[in-house]
Amino acid sequence: MPVEPPVVSPATLAEAYVLAGGGDHRPLAGGTDLLVQITGEIGEPPERVLDLWRLAELRGIAVVDSALELGALTTYTEIRRSVLCAAHAPALVEAAATIGAAQIQNRGTIGGNAMNASPAGDTLPVLLALDAELVAGGSSGERVIPATEFWPAYRRTALRPDELLVRIRIPIVGDRQQRFRKVGTRRAQAISKVVLALAWRVEPDSGLWRGVRLALGSVAATPVRAAGTEAILEGSSPDAATAERAAAGLVAELQPIDDVRSTASYRRAVSGRVLHRLLRDAGGW
Amino acid sequence: MTYRLTVNGVATETAAPGMRRLLDVLREDLGLTGTKEGCGEGECGACTVLVDGEVVDSCLVPVCQVDGRSIETVEGLAAGAGSAEPGLAAGTTPAQPGPDLGPLQRAFLETGGAQCGICTPGMLMAGQAFLATGQAPTDAAIREAIAGNLCRCTGYTKIIEAIALAAAAEPGPGG
Amino acid sequence: MTIETPPGRGRSRPKTSAPAPVVVPPGTQTPGLARRTAPLRREGPAKLTGTALYADDLVFPGAWYGATIRSSEPHARLLGIELDPGFDWTRVTVVTAADIPGDNVVSLIRDDQPILVPVGGEIRHQAEPVVLLAAADRETLREARKRVSLRTEALPAVFDPLASSVVIAEFDLAKGDVAAGLAAADLIVDGTYRVGHQEQLYIENNAMIAVPRPDGGVAVHGSLQCPYYVHRALRRGLALDAEQAQVVQAETGGGFGGKEEYPSMVGLHAALLALRTGKPVRMIYDRHEDLTATTKRHPAIVTHRTGVMRDGRIVAQHIELLMDGGAYTTLTPVVLSRATIHAGGPYDVPNVRIRSRAVATNTPPNGAFRGFGAPQSEFAAETQLNRVADAVGLSPLELRRRNVYRVGGITPTMQVLRGGVAGEEVLERAAEASEFERTRSRTAEARANRTDRDRTAHGVGLALAWHGAGFTGSGEARMGSVVSLELTAEGVVRILTASTEMGQGTKTIFPQLAAAELGVDIDEVEIAPQDTAIVPDSGPTVASRTAMVVGGMVIQASRRLRAEVEARTGRPFADSYRDDARNHGASRIDHAFEPYPGVGFDDATYTGDAYPAFGWAAAVAEVEVDLDTYEVTVLSVVAVDDVGRVIHPVLCEGQVEGGTLQAVGYATIEEIKLLDGRYLNDRLQTYLIPTALDAPRIETILVEAAFRDAPHGAKGVGELPMDVGAPAVVAAIHDATGAWITDLPATPERIMAALSGIDPPEPPGISAVSAPPSDPGPVR
Repeated sequence: MPVEPPVVSPATLAEAYVLAGGGDHRPLAGGTDLLVQITGEIGEPPERVLDLWRLAELRGIAVVDSALELGALTTYTEIRRSVLCAAHAPALVEAAATIGAAQIQNRGTIGGNAMNASPAGDTLPVLLALDAELVAGGSSGERVIPATEFWPAYRRTALRPDELLVRIRIPIVGDRQQRFRKVGTRRAQAISKVVLALAWRVEPDSGLWRGVRLALGSVAATPVRAAGTEAILEGSSPDAATAERAAAGLVAELQPIDDVRSTASYRRAVSGRVLHRLLRDAGGW
Repeated sequence: MTYRLTVNGVATETAAPGMRRLLDVLREDLGLTGTKEGCGEGECGACTVLVDGEVVDSCLVPVCQVDGRSIETVEGLAAGAGSAEPGLAAGTTPAQPGPDLGPLQRAFLETGGAQCGICTPGMLMAGQAFLATGQAPTDAAIREAIAGNLCRCTGYTKIIEAIALAAAAEPGPGG
Repeated sequence: MTIETPPGRGRSRPKTSAPAPVVVPPGTQTPGLARRTAPLRREGPAKLTGTALYADDLVFPGAWYGATIRSSEPHARLLGIELDPGFDWTRVTVVTAADIPGDNVVSLIRDDQPILVPVGGEIRHQAEPVVLLAAADRETLREARKRVSLRTEALPAVFDPLASSVVIAEFDLAKGDVAAGLAAADLIVDGTYRVGHQEQLYIENNAMIAVPRPDGGVAVHGSLQCPYYVHRALRRGLALDAEQAQVVQAETGGGFGGKEEYPSMVGLHAALLALRTGKPVRMIYDRHEDLTATTKRHPAIVTHRTGVMRDGRIVAQHIELLMDGGAYTTLTPVVLSRATIHAGGPYDVPNVRIRSRAVATNTPPNGAFRGFGAPQSEFAAETQLNRVADAVGLSPLELRRRNVYRVGGITPTMQVLRGGVAGEEVLERAAEASEFERTRSRTAEARANRTDRDRTAHGVGLALAWHGAGFTGSGEARMGSVVSLELTAEGVVRILTASTEMGQGTKTIFPQLAAAELGVDIDEVEIAPQDTAIVPDSGPTVASRTAMVVGGMVIQASRRLRAEVEARTGRPFADSYRDDARNHGASRIDHAFEPYPGVGFDDATYTGDAYPAFGWAAAVAEVEVDLDTYEVTVLSVVAVDDVGRVIHPVLCEGQVEGGTLQAVGYATIEEIKLLDGRYLNDRLQTYLIPTALDAPRIETILVEAAFRDAPHGAKGVGELPMDVGAPAVVAAIHDATGAWITDLPATPERIMAALSGIDPPEPPGISAVSAPPSDPGPVR
């Protein structure tokens, strides 16, 4: 039973900043989360909506200063079709392909995923694992927030109410390896039970792993890095003993919960097994 | 606000609140009830329409975001679209198809791809978008193309057959 | 004759050489059926062009919008209904139990479920209807909904059926001496199986629009399976006579049992508001409300003790079956009875005892869903049988061969199976088409040689089922259904039945049957709308009875019409009916159901012919299990179903394919968790059904072992595939992993628990409580 709140659709980012400065608008990107609330049956609809869809400044995928930059309004379909994303952020392409199905991928945006701040947001562990930076903008200018600081608490972001998420920067790191795995209830249109992103570089001479990043979704109130497990993997190589230690470390490190989608024990155990599998595949044993 | 949409090739103006769902604009303001609502949360795909040729769940699209865009719905698929006779609930069910079903609609009819029919309009639009890509109609490609459209009647088997049949009959731009 | 269906996608199948199916004596065959090209779906073009009108597509000028205020507690005394005095109520119509003109009951089996909970009465489940509102616009209605509050006093709630003392129904079937049979057995196998709720998940939600009639009555247009169920409920609840209450089926977007009884509730609510406001009122549920409030498949707990000899002969089955009916009776006694009769599976066992009980809990009432109790009890029976096969070291196929019913077999109700017994045939056909034994030895070898490097496992599983065709026991005879056939004065042949089209093909096969009988082209036969003002009560569209029972009556009515016209004209019907209409005027046949000869059932002792015939189904499922995540991919299902007689191959296959996927969903992902008696999976983001990417390849093979007493031999198809898919998938998961999953759905969480000993999830179907549990007092 939809009842429509008022909406304003600015044509320029500057206008949008002014409106955001007013403070009481809920920003709208592709609408795949917000529109669900319009009927009022699942959550309260927003009071006022700030439609960002026309802002060309928030679109586009480019390489700028050795970083892959994605406008906040970049859709999952655009990520899947992007040659630059395939080259520099294949894990992000994989994540985008697991979200919803074509209808959602054509509308849902990476900025929306970040701002919705769900612990189950499928691209968020990838952003953590790739050391992404999120660029917030407002009337007073832009500031850069590292992904590790972007989701301070359940369904919260580091943005101030007068700021908008403008773009996401993923540093391009030579020879960085990336892996992504989502465990959901079904093969499309599923919210994850566990989502895991792993990135590392191989030290040329020693073959040891460096710059290891392991991030997970749906296992805590926010998307998280698994620092303890990263430490186990840092400076090691993906052999069977390391894989066992890392998987056990991850299981010990995570404190997931039971919910309507899965159980804490499953999430914990499967996170370990998925990591183990990725390490096995990486090690080729 | 007044929004200008091209719906099934016809330029249309509609006055509506900007946050009105495209689904409601089509069904209630324009009287195009062929597009169905199954969940209102972008899970079932019954409300699938094409915006500039791409599938979307029209329950998740506010009309303010499709101003100036081209919308295609199930009502636009038949050759005689727009002149379709009103529904059949009040009368007796006619026996055979009219001559003006589009190729995909005809394939659905022949293979048994429509049962209860409520997912059918959305399924047809997803199928239509797939055909337009000109991709090879493999089982896997068709399944992915309709993964956002739930059907509870068919087990999808005959829907996949129908899309493959239509693809074989009428190769897309790439094929 | 057997119809073979080519598989959907390139999978070659060897020609089979299974035993010949039962041959129908030539005199009883309907000529030409299933041999001519199948006609296209009658209402297909309307559905494919978007012109078919479902309830929410109907426009009634000036209609108001209706809403239902529901309980938010599982068990409470309703002390009062508070309307916020700060709100302008003149714009809103409010209806409570005090405004109900007739009896405050939703008429069905027992009069225990109110249309609205009265003040002073008991709320017995979450989401129970209490107050109705209507307004001219949605904004007002939405605001009004927030301004109604219920004053209640909490009562202790019972969620665990094992703890409930309120018995809705019970049955006790005995054949032979089960104690002696168990004592004589070489081996005893015990098992307990639990299944949770399943939602029908028709893609069109429940929806009704009520329109006041000039005669003081009301016409209800909506999404429904059984026009005369709603009609009866309206007459009773609104104190209307038969003409004043009118029910018209709109195009219906799926039912699967979910629109058997609940539409009476929705229709009553819409009608109460329409009569109160004097305007049409639209009561269109959204998905959240539909999931929250409407009926689900009954959860069940089934325990088996099976006695078997070393040679694989099963000599005794002791089965205890407990079903959770939810808070009200609805259809539970009938669901339980079907579950009970099918609980042993399709096996001729000399000593059987089946005791069953359905109890009430403080959860929303459970109701009809494709299979109607049999999927629950046959999942248990088949999984038990597969474990027995393990225990005696026989292949699941061989064990079934040694025990399956054959002609002359005697069921637990002491019914002698006289004809159309095709258990053996469907079993052999499924085994052959799937190369079951070969696949099974391959998976066994892979399992034996599996190393740590193998991270996926492949498995194959087999199940067999039977499904009683039509109503249980004396139900059909009591129903007294009527089908009418008209030759109008304008020379049009028209079928009048209350059987609804909800996707399964009623509107196509009835004209097909009549046309074949009359010798005319199918296009010359029309079918009247399902409107109680027009069509007679041909019974509800349930129990896989439409093709078999009502279709049989269409044939018989056609024979009578043909004979009548030909007697007058002396020429074949096809050549003379138009002349006859012109010269003689309209003719009409009202054909009442005639009980099948020799079919008798004693309700008092619950013995006799529980069903006029049984359909038989076998399925072989192949799965792949990820050994790290325990995710299950169902790769393929070979479904072999004996439907008696195939009327329309395409529609018939469609039933098997759809039912098979619902069974795969039941087996793997469809799950409802509850908290304080409320469903937590109350939107489509959390109640998941299979997408096209989750659906297996389904290969359908149709077998025809005719039901001799139906003029066309048909036995029904709708429910059969639902009984057999889940145990086949679970057997395949066992074949892949070595773990028996005894609770449905077989989620990765349960498989992991079974394999690794990590804490299993809670058993299915039972609500968690958010606060410390209070004393489980009486449920009502």
